Amino acid sequence: MSVRVAFASRSSRVGMALCAVGIVALAAAPFWGGRDDLALLSEVYAYVALASLWNLLAGYAGLVSVGQQAYVGLGAYILFAFAILAGISPLWAIPLAGIIAAGVAIPVAMLVFRLRGHYFAIGTWIVAEVFRLLAAQISVLGGGSGISLPAGLIIAIAPSRQLRDFIEYWIALALVVVILALILLLLRSRYGLALKAIRDSELAATCNGVDVMRTKFLVYIVTAAGTAMVGALIFLQRLRTSPDAAFSVNDWTAFVIFIAVIGGLGRIEGPIIGTVIFFVLRQTLADLGTFYLLMLGVVAILVMLTAPKGIWGLVVDRLGWQVFPLERRVVLDERSAARAPMAATDGR
Amino acid sequence: MNVPILALDKISKRFGAIVVADRVDLALAEGESLGIIGPNGAGKTTLFGIMSGTVPPDSGRVLYAGRDITRMPPAQRCTMGIGRSFQIPLPFGGMSVFENLVVAAAFGAGQREHDAYERCMEILDQCGLADKANRSSRSLGLLDRKRLELARALATDPAVLLLDEVAGGLTEHECQALIELLRAVRRQGVSIIWIEHVVHALVASIDRLLVLHNGAFIAEGNPQAVIRSPQVAEIYMGIEADA
Ligand SMILES: Nc1ncnc2c1ncn2[C@@H]1O[C@H](COP(=O)(O)OP(=O)(O)OP(=O)(O)O)[C@@H](O)[C@H]1O
Ligand SMILES: [Mg+2]
Repeated sequence: MSVRVAFASRSSRVGMALCAVGIVALAAAPFWGGRDDLALLSEVYAYVALASLWNLLAGYAGLVSVGQQAYVGLGAYILFAFAILAGISPLWAIPLAGIIAAGVAIPVAMLVFRLRGHYFAIGTWIVAEVFRLLAAQISVLGGGSGISLPAGLIIAIAPSRQLRDFIEYWIALALVVVILALILLLLRSRYGLALKAIRDSELAATCNGVDVMRTKFLVYIVTAAGTAMVGALIFLQRLRTSPDAAFSVNDWTAFVIFIAVIGGLGRIEGPIIGTVIFFVLRQTLADLGTFYLLMLGVVAILVMLTAPKGIWGLVVDRLGWQVFPLERRVVLDERSAARAPMAATDGR
Repeated sequence: MNVPILALDKISKRFGAIVVADRVDLALAEGESLGIIGPNGAGKTTLFGIMSGTVPPDSGRVLYAGRDITRMPPAQRCTMGIGRSFQIPLPFGGMSVFENLVVAAAFGAGQREHDAYERCMEILDQCGLADKANRSSRSLGLLDRKRLELARALATDPAVLLLDEVAGGLTEHECQALIELLRAVRRQGVSIIWIEHVVHALVASIDRLLVLHNGAFIAEGNPQAVIRSPQVAEIYMGIEADA
């Protein structure tokens, strides 16, 4: 008996086809959208990426960090430091930000992993605050009031402002596509099996041979790297950084958690849906000022009460859909045998 | 006598005021099949926790093939050969039944994923879950969840198999099938400790029976003899109707 195993299901084939069409349409956005559209879409991509990474961390590995702004800000400051102090192109500084953040995340993980539960969350937040205070001490990068990218470096990216907008837009799209693709590959790999097992039951995972601590550690490092690269890109587009903006708990953690939770934790599709909902709410309610934040709170409470597994969790429970081919499905022999006579008539 | 494959050496454990293990000694010989019975709350499941590494004992040692593993983490014990099922099933609910086994085979048995597929299906077949391989494990009923517990523990390719109440709720026919399956597992050289309230199933498949009461073994030996012993009758009346 040979066992055939496939990842794709019918819904995931449709899903991947739609994704491909979507990516092509979005890649063409400079030709159908205005400058504002590109800026908005870039922001959407950044949030999809941040929320997907946070989902990997909290939704799969159970590491509820409220300090991921540490790595957004770190990425931003690495980019500005390389550009301003060493004259390195900001575009090259993005991957460098990822590598350095991974290096920084190792000792940070060794520190915060000593803490359990709520204390872990608080610990990550304190680390981010320390990072913010340290950034404010770097006087060559503007200290507490921040700094702008010098015009020369910006022009070096591309001579015209329009072309620069296009390039930055495409990088933003490429980054989110690459991050999602890597998350998908990770989840399909051996580590993905371990992560899903940890998500579902840490106790059973550890009793089935999964090294839970090691897996969590790796996930923490990987998400730190990804988060820093996204952070670098966000502040490249803003052309300016400051400690308060780059290490904002509100922008880079509170909104991200909102997105991941209403979209659905522990599902790769969740953060994408969540980001769409978040931006629809923001664009329609932004004029209402504080009332908008209140509405976000109301939506979060409603979703948590009616669909605790988020909106995508509801879809999965009701319809069993998966957009991304993640689940190993056994292709049963009986089925291929049943198909055989049809194949014979086809061949006639 | 050879070195036992698994042994407890003066293990003690208490939860607050309740003593669940009081200087417990136990030795499982290689290839042996051992049964444990005892009233609710006697401390049976806690002993499995101590053996598999999820519950740290207050004192005493756990030995695997003579090696002290008292401080070894559960995952390492599993890869080394201690496979365990949970009394209250803990399926990986967001994964299919098949994927549950792939996790156990990939990590517990240390197999490469692709090499594990065939064995996983074979085990599912033996445990009567083959037709549910692609089902979400969350959608399984309690009986199938218990079957999955057994299947997943087998997929870790254990040298010592710890089974915690896997027969409850089975029909007579299914119970026979389970006994047959465990006999086949034993023939492959696996040593077994089986906690079970369904005494007749237990007696049919073990070499030796231990009775745990208030955190200590109060009787031990030939299963038939132990069941009929006065100590057991004294502390342990409720479930005898079963045997
Ligand atoms: N983590 C824990 N914290 C506190 N008390 C516990 C814990 N685990 C078990 N106990 C208590 O220890 C005692 C022994 O529990 P255990 O589960 O080992 O019994 P058992 O023999 O398996 O019982 P059953 O036949 O009901 O499965 C019980 O009184 C239980 O309430
Ligand atoms: Mg028990």
